[in-house]
Amino acid sequence: MTPPSGDARSQNSGQATVPPPERALPYVDMDSKAFWTGGERGELLIYRCQECAYYVHPPVRFCPKCESRKVEPEAVSGKGYVTSFTVNHKKWVPGLPDRYVLALVSIAEQDDVRLVCNILNCDPESVTMGMPVKVLFEQHEDVWVPFFEPEAN
Amino acid sequence: MASYPEKNVAITGVGMSEVSRGATKSPLELTVDAAMEAINDAGLKRADIDGIATWPGNRGDASGFSSVGTHDIQDALRLKLGWYAGGVEGPGQYAAVFNAVGAIAAGLCRNVLIFRTMYEATARKTSFANSLIKPGRQVGAPWFAPYWGYAAALNQALYFNKYAHESGIKPEQVAQIAINQRRNASLNPNAVYRTPITLDDYFNSPIIATPLRIYDCDVPCDGATAIILSRMDVAKDLKNPPVRIEAVGSSMQYRNSWAQLDALDTQAQPKVAEMMWSRTDLKPKDVDMAQLYDGFSFHTINWIENFGFCKRYEAGDFIEGGKRISLEGELPVNTGGGALSGGRLHAYGAVHEACTQLWGRAGDRQVKGDPKVVATSTAGGPLAGAMLLVRD
Repeated sequence: MTPPSGDARSQNSGQATVPPPERALPYVDMDSKAFWTGGERGELLIYRCQECAYYVHPPVRFCPKCESRKVEPEAVSGKGYVTSFTVNHKKWVPGLPDRYVLALVSIAEQDDVRLVCNILNCDPESVTMGMPVKVLFEQHEDVWVPFFEPEAN
Repeated sequence: MASYPEKNVAITGVGMSEVSRGATKSPLELTVDAAMEAINDAGLKRADIDGIATWPGNRGDASGFSSVGTHDIQDALRLKLGWYAGGVEGPGQYAAVFNAVGAIAAGLCRNVLIFRTMYEATARKTSFANSLIKPGRQVGAPWFAPYWGYAAALNQALYFNKYAHESGIKPEQVAQIAINQRRNASLNPNAVYRTPITLDDYFNSPIIATPLRIYDCDVPCDGATAIILSRMDVAKDLKNPPVRIEAVGSSMQYRNSWAQLDALDTQAQPKVAEMMWSRTDLKPKDVDMAQLYDGFSFHTINWIENFGFCKRYEAGDFIEGGKRISLEGELPVNTGGGALSGGRLHAYGAVHEACTQLWGRAGDRQVKGDPKVVATSTAGGPLAGAMLLVRD
C-alpha cells in the first residue's frame, strides 16, 4: 500500500524503522456514516438543518436551534481554522513520529462545529492558534478519515 | 439560605489504603483496607453501613482505572444495604457523593460508604497498552479514535494550550503547582513522591504534550480511598466533629462533549462553581484552603480561577512564586501533595486530605489557624463537580 499523504513517515524525516501505529477506527452508525465516508468523494459532510441552516455536529437528525427534524448531511468547504492544538512529544506506542499535532479545528462555516484531527503535512512546531487549514482524507478500511493541513500548502 | 439536602449530610470518617507505585495487595483488599479504616474512623460498625456509592464502578477491564465496584465491596464486607449505586455518568468523581446525598435525603439510607480504587501503577507494569485509550473507550470516542489521542494528557492538553494562549500564563507560573505540591508531599508520609523539586527540575523534565510536562501530570498509583457520609442526626453522635457538606455544584449547563464543550479554556467549571456558591452564604474569601482536582496542574489553575479566588486569566499571577498557595499562604492548595505527588487517587484523595486537615490530623503539613472551610473540586473537560466542606 502506498503511504497516504498524511502518513507519519512524511513527518518523520525518514527515520521511522517501525511502521506508524494503526489508526483506531471509529464505530460508524447511521448518524456518523456520512461524516466518516464522505471522503470517498472528497467531501466533508456535516449535518445541516434544512429549515434554519444550522450545522449540527455530532450528527443527529434534530436541530437544537429550531427543533426541525429535517437535518441532512451537506458538503462543507473543507476549510477551517485551528481552535486549539497540542504538539505531542511522548512515544505512547512504537512507530509514532517524534512530534505530531492533535487539534480541534472549527469549520469555516460555523465556529461551534469542532473536529478532532491531526494537522498533517507541516512541521508540527509551525502550527498556531487560528491557523487556516483545509481538509484531506485517508482511507482506512471502509472509513475515510478526515485530517487537516495548512491551507497554504 | 434555603435548606438544601446536602446541608443535612456530613463526612464522618475517612480511610486510605497503602498508596504505592506497585501494590502488595489486590484492588479489592486495598478497598477493604480503606473502607474498614473509614468505618472505624467514624466510630461505626459494618452493620451501620446501609448505603454504598462509587464512581465510575467496576470497569471490568485491565486498565486499573476502576476494577472494584459496589457489588465487590458489598459482598466482601457482607453489608446489608438500603441503597447502592455506581456509574460513570455524572459530574465527575463526586457524582457518587451527590447521589448519596440524594439517597440519604430520600430516606433510603443513613450511613453511606463511598470509595474509589485505583490500580493503574500495577496495570501499567503489566501492560502499558492497557492504560492507553482505545476505540470506543473513554475520552470523546469515537470522534477522537483515529487521531492517536492515546491518553488524557494529550486530549486535555487541547484545553490547557487554549488556556495558556488566552491567559498568557507563563510556564514558570504553571510550574508552581507541581513545585508546591511536591513540597507538601515531602511532609506527607503517605505520598508517592516526596523529594522536593525545583524550577530547574521542572524545566528539565520531558514534555508530554504541549504545554504539559511530566510534572504537570498526576502519578498513576495503586490505592483506595473511602469516606463515610452520614445523615446529620447520626453524624452528631459520632466521634469525629461532622465535616458538613455546606454546598455542592453538580450542574451541566454546557455541551457535555470533550470536543464541543462551550469554552475550551474554562471547561465546565464556571457554572458548577456558580451553583456551589449559590447554595451557601459563604464566599471565596471565607475559604481556608483548597483541595482542587489536579489530574493535570492546569486543572488546579483553572479551579483557582473558576472558584473565584482570583479573576479570570489571573491565576498565573495568583500562584506566581508559589507563596500564596503554600501551606503558610493565604490559600493553601493541595496540602497533601495532591495527585501530582501524592498519587492519582482521583479526587477522593483530595476529600480525604480535606477531612484530615479539618480534623487537625495532618501532622507536619497541618495548616495553622484551625481551618474550618475547604473548597474541593473534581474533574476536567465537560465534567466538573464541586463541594464546600465545613467543620463548625
